[in-house]
Amino acid sequence: MKRAPLKLLSVLGFFLLWAVIAAAVNSPDVPGPAEVGLFVAREALSGELFYNLVVTLSRVAAAFLISLIVGSAIGIVMGQNRAVDRILDPWIIIFVNLPALVIIVLCYIWMGLTEVAAVTAVALNKIPNVVITMREGARSLDPKLSEMARVFRFSRMRTIRHVVLPQLQPFIAAAGRSGLALIWKIVLVVELLGRSNGVGFQIHLYFQLFDVAAILGYTLAFVIVMLAIEFSVVQPLEHHLTRWRPKPA
Amino acid sequence: MSADGEESEILRDLAFTLQAGTFTCLIGPSGCGKTTTLRILLGLDRDFSGTVTMPAGNVRTVAVFQEPRLLPWRTVEQNVRLALPPGATPDIQPLFATLGLQAMLDRYPSELSLGLERRVALARAFAVMPDVLLLDEPFVSLDEHTAERLRELLIELWRRHAVTVLMVTHNVREAVQLADRLLLMNGRPARIVGDVAVPMERSKRLGGRLQQFLDELTRNHAQTVRA
Repeated sequence: MKRAPLKLLSVLGFFLLWAVIAAAVNSPDVPGPAEVGLFVAREALSGELFYNLVVTLSRVAAAFLISLIVGSAIGIVMGQNRAVDRILDPWIIIFVNLPALVIIVLCYIWMGLTEVAAVTAVALNKIPNVVITMREGARSLDPKLSEMARVFRFSRMRTIRHVVLPQLQPFIAAAGRSGLALIWKIVLVVELLGRSNGVGFQIHLYFQLFDVAAILGYTLAFVIVMLAIEFSVVQPLEHHLTRWRPKPA
Repeated sequence: MSADGEESEILRDLAFTLQAGTFTCLIGPSGCGKTTTLRILLGLDRDFSGTVTMPAGNVRTVAVFQEPRLLPWRTVEQNVRLALPPGATPDIQPLFATLGLQAMLDRYPSELSLGLERRVALARAFAVMPDVLLLDEPFVSLDEHTAERLRELLIELWRRHAVTVLMVTHNVREAVQLADRLLLMNGRPARIVGDVAVPMERSKRLGGRLQQFLDELTRNHAQTVRA
C-alpha cells in the first residue's frame, strides 16, 4: 500500500531535479520539462507524434515476436540436445558479439532499404540473447516432472502447456523484459539509418536542427509508452503467471 | 549407467509374476535396485534386456513416486484432473472425500504439507482407475501418525478399486502390515532372494502376532531383512 506513493514521489523527484538543472544551466541546449512538454503537446495535436510512435511500436512488436519465437525454438533445442548445442554454440557466440551496427548496415546493403530489412536486422540482434536465456531454461527442466507426465500418458500438447511452459515461464519473462528494452533502442538506430519515419527518424531530423526539446520530447513520449506497457501488460501478466508461488513474508 | 559414465549391472536374473488384484511389497536394502525395477516396469528405464509382460488389453499402469511430483503451478484439483485420460470426466469427489482433500482443492502444492501432497499423489494415481499401481516408498519421511493414516487409506482404496499393487519399501513392518506377499531382493547385481506370503488377516496384524512374524522373517532372511 505504501509502494505506489513512494514510486510516484520518486518520479516527481526526477522531474524536479531536471527542472532545477535546466533552470540553472539556462541554455537552449538544456530545455526544462515544461518546454519538452509543450513540444510533446504540439506534436500530439498535429498527429505527428502518434503516427511516429505507432510506426516505431509496430517495428518493435514485429522484431520482438520474431526474435522471441525463433530464439526460443533454437534455445530449447540446444538445451535439450547436446550435439546440436555443440554445433550451434560457436555461431551463437559470434552473433552475440557482432556489433548491432554491423548487422544493420549489412541487412540494408543486402536486402535494400526496406521494412523487411529493418525488422530482420533488429531480430538478428536480439535472437542470440534469447537463445542463451532459453537454453538455460531448457537445461533446467525437471526430468522428474517429465517422467510423471509420461507415466500418466500426458499428450504432447498437455505436456507442453502444463509441464514445460510453466517451467520456462521465468526464462521467457527474462528474455522478454531485457528484449523489449534492447529492441526499442536498436529500432531507433535502424530508423535513423534507413527509414523515413518513426521515432528514430524524427530524432535524427531534430538532431540536424539541434532541437533538443524535440529530441527529448520524442524520447520521453516513447519511454512513457514503454512504461505503460510494463505496468498495464507485463506486470499483471507476470503476477497472474506466478500466482502459485509461495509469497515471501 | 552412473554419472561418471561407468556402466554397472544393477539387476540380473530378476523374475517375478504378480497375481491380479494382489498387494505385493518389494523389500531390500537401500540402493539394491528396487527403484530401478519399478522404473523398468513403468517404461522409464529402457537400458535393460528382458521382458515385461502385461495382461492383454489396454492396461493402465501408474505410479506414486517417492516425491509427490505434483505440478507446483496447478491446484490440487487440476493436478488430479490433468492425469485423467483426455475426455474422461469421472466423479472424483468421493476419492477426494476418502482422502480428506475436499477443503484443499483450490490450493497450490506449495501451500500443503508433505503428508497432504502425498495424499494428492495417491488421489491422482487412483483417479485414473489403474489396473496396476506401483508405489516407490510413498510414505518415507512422514511422521509415524501420518504414515499410519495414509497406509489405512491406501488399503481402503486398494480394496475398493481392485488394483494390482507393487510397493517398494525398506520399512519391513510397513510391508508386513500392508502386503499379501513379500518379495525380498538383494545381492549385487540384485535378484529375488525370497518370496514370502503373509497369511494373516490385515486387521490382526498387530502386537505380538505381528512381532512374531517379523522375528521369523528376520531369522530366515537375515541378509535382507533387518527389522
